[in-house]
Amino acid sequence: MADDLNKPKFRWHIVVFLAPAVLVYSAVMIYPLFNTLRLSLFTEVDQERVYVGLQNFKTLFGQTVWSDQFWNALANNFWFFVIHMLVQNPIGIALAAILSHPKLRFAAFYRSAIFIPTILSFVIVGFAWKLILSPIWGIAPGMLDAVGLKSLYAPWLGKEAYALTTLSLVSVWQFVGIPMMLIYAALLSIPDEILEAAEVEGITGLSAFWKIKLPLILPSIGIISILTFVANFNAFDLIYAAQGALAGPDFSTDILGTFMYRTFFGFQLQLGDPHMGSTIASAMFAIILIGVCLYLFGIQSRMRRYQF
Amino acid sequence: MKTSNFIGAMLASTVIAGAASAQDVTLTIESWRNDDLAIWQEKIIPAFEAAHPGIKLNFTPSAPAEYNAVLNSKLDAGSAGDIITCRPFDASLALFEAGHLADISGIEGMASFSPVAKSGWSTDDASVQFCVPMASVIHGFIYNKDAFAELGLSEPTTEAEFFAALEAIKEDGSYIPMAMGTNDQWEAATMGYNNIGPNYWKGEEGRLALLAGDQKLTDEAWVAPYRQLAKWGDYLGDGYEAQTYPDSQNIFTLGRAAIYPTGSWEISGFNGLADFEMGAFYPPVQNAGDTCYISDHTDIGIGMNAATPNPEAATVFLNWVGSSEFATIFANSLPGFFPLSDAPVTLEDPLAQEFISWRGECESTIRSTYQVLSRGTPNLENETWNASVAVIKGEESPEDAGARLQDGLASWYEPQQ
Repeated sequence: MADDLNKPKFRWHIVVFLAPAVLVYSAVMIYPLFNTLRLSLFTEVDQERVYVGLQNFKTLFGQTVWSDQFWNALANNFWFFVIHMLVQNPIGIALAAILSHPKLRFAAFYRSAIFIPTILSFVIVGFAWKLILSPIWGIAPGMLDAVGLKSLYAPWLGKEAYALTTLSLVSVWQFVGIPMMLIYAALLSIPDEILEAAEVEGITGLSAFWKIKLPLILPSIGIISILTFVANFNAFDLIYAAQGALAGPDFSTDILGTFMYRTFFGFQLQLGDPHMGSTIASAMFAIILIGVCLYLFGIQSRMRRYQF
Repeated sequence: MKTSNFIGAMLASTVIAGAASAQDVTLTIESWRNDDLAIWQEKIIPAFEAAHPGIKLNFTPSAPAEYNAVLNSKLDAGSAGDIITCRPFDASLALFEAGHLADISGIEGMASFSPVAKSGWSTDDASVQFCVPMASVIHGFIYNKDAFAELGLSEPTTEAEFFAALEAIKEDGSYIPMAMGTNDQWEAATMGYNNIGPNYWKGEEGRLALLAGDQKLTDEAWVAPYRQLAKWGDYLGDGYEAQTYPDSQNIFTLGRAAIYPTGSWEISGFNGLADFEMGAFYPPVQNAGDTCYISDHTDIGIGMNAATPNPEAATVFLNWVGSSEFATIFANSLPGFFPLSDAPVTLEDPLAQEFISWRGECESTIRSTYQVLSRGTPNLENETWNASVAVIKGEESPEDAGARLQDGLASWYEPQQ
């Protein structure tokens, strides 16, 4: 009897409670992910699926027809990411710093107003901005004309030199609320004692932000950077909604997501090729995995954390 | 007790209803023509069902841009409809080769079509047909008759007259000379390059020579259309780089532009939108008196899912599509989609009559990039979109564009190597 009591009982409730999440996650995430990786090792010859090893990757990186498109998409993707890192995250941090100022009035209103675009659908954002910037119906040319700056207006979305940057900024406009919210939460969690102690030492205002608050929110900034990285390299929707699957003009807004979509599902007369599409998807997965690993092992493990 | 009785009644009624409808066969039609939903439901389906009791039709279109992808996944999953609307050439040929489209060479309805009409849905050696040709679209230019009258212009027939007209409209300044944008890319190729091109490469003659490898995309006949396109850029209106296809349609139907390079498929839509009189002219020839060539492109076919459980009913429907009854209903409810069958059809719409009258005056051909040449990677059709846009914007010279396309084509197409 005593033995029975000491022996730990198998805790069925853990299995039961975990099962729904594990099953759903495996069915909609894990299985498709591994199946995509598997699919990239096959190709179709005469309606038969044939195993070809890494041949698809050789094609993707070895044939200029494919590799030019791939490197173009990757370079565009990096630029997309750089704009987010240089514009979205600093603005998000600045907004959070301003919002957390105790004397700011209507803080709740600003917070919601800035966060609302984040919950809008990509289709709405893409379409609305396309209309705003349209040379024909848009309000952008008219507004610039009203302040005498009509000469600065260009059909941005139609010019190769500007289209990608314009779309990146639209995406920044949409998502600036996320870093703002995360940093805002981090700033609120800094204990007042620390700030008061700093004040006693004569550190106030801007220097309090640079010397006290910023070091304390660095871990949050790290998380935001990695979230931005993953989101940007998985991006697809906004470009597709605004420029279509050909990511015009002349592929200047083509990112890995649109390149993968075009290849996988086909477009207009181009027939879909699920195997090359999976190859590109696997390459995207590898790029994101490498980026996240670099961050986790290279940066996050060295970051200093402060316990309050 | 009450509840279970109620459920029992529901179940019973379902069983009875199921038994009653079991005698009817319902054919589901896959299509990308979601614009035509009303016409199918109000005209085509009632006409067919009245003549063929026992067969019901269910028209289930999806968005044009997604159609190919959606259809392919449905066919692979076995959930596609009985009747498949066929894109011309390789997209459908691939479906046939994959065993998704049935061989319908033998059905009676196919007898009323010419070989050119059938070419869009035949195997390369033309021995097997897998879709009934349904309609073609003719390229040309639609113009605002009121604007032309106001400026004292007449329909241009030669290139010189065409550019003189554009220049006159531009100088006057009250209309945008030509409504076309390069944002969506395909207009530049479809309504630009493949619209004016046949005059240079002499229609079928040049197209077949290109297929056989006797002509190259760097030849004068294939570069010259790009030279003309390069001159279009000046007449397209401010910010055409970011102008989309719907933008162009709206600009023209609102009466803000004088000329609209297009195809006949716009007619039905434009009739309801434009409150001015529209006319049409075919692509101007190089010198007065030259033979004119028009792109009379086979655009829609209709075939049978090889896995359909109702092949007999589907065959009945396909035969009906080949009949003159269908051709008349279709052509008149959708002026601008011209039936391909030899069956006699009377068109009522004046603009559509104008377009179809060119078949008598000019030689017909189809879009140069569609048959075989867009089978490999890089895809010639998509490359042509890109090249046409680059040439209009002045970012690439006509000669460079031709050379780039030729290199791409030669990289996979043997006759061009």
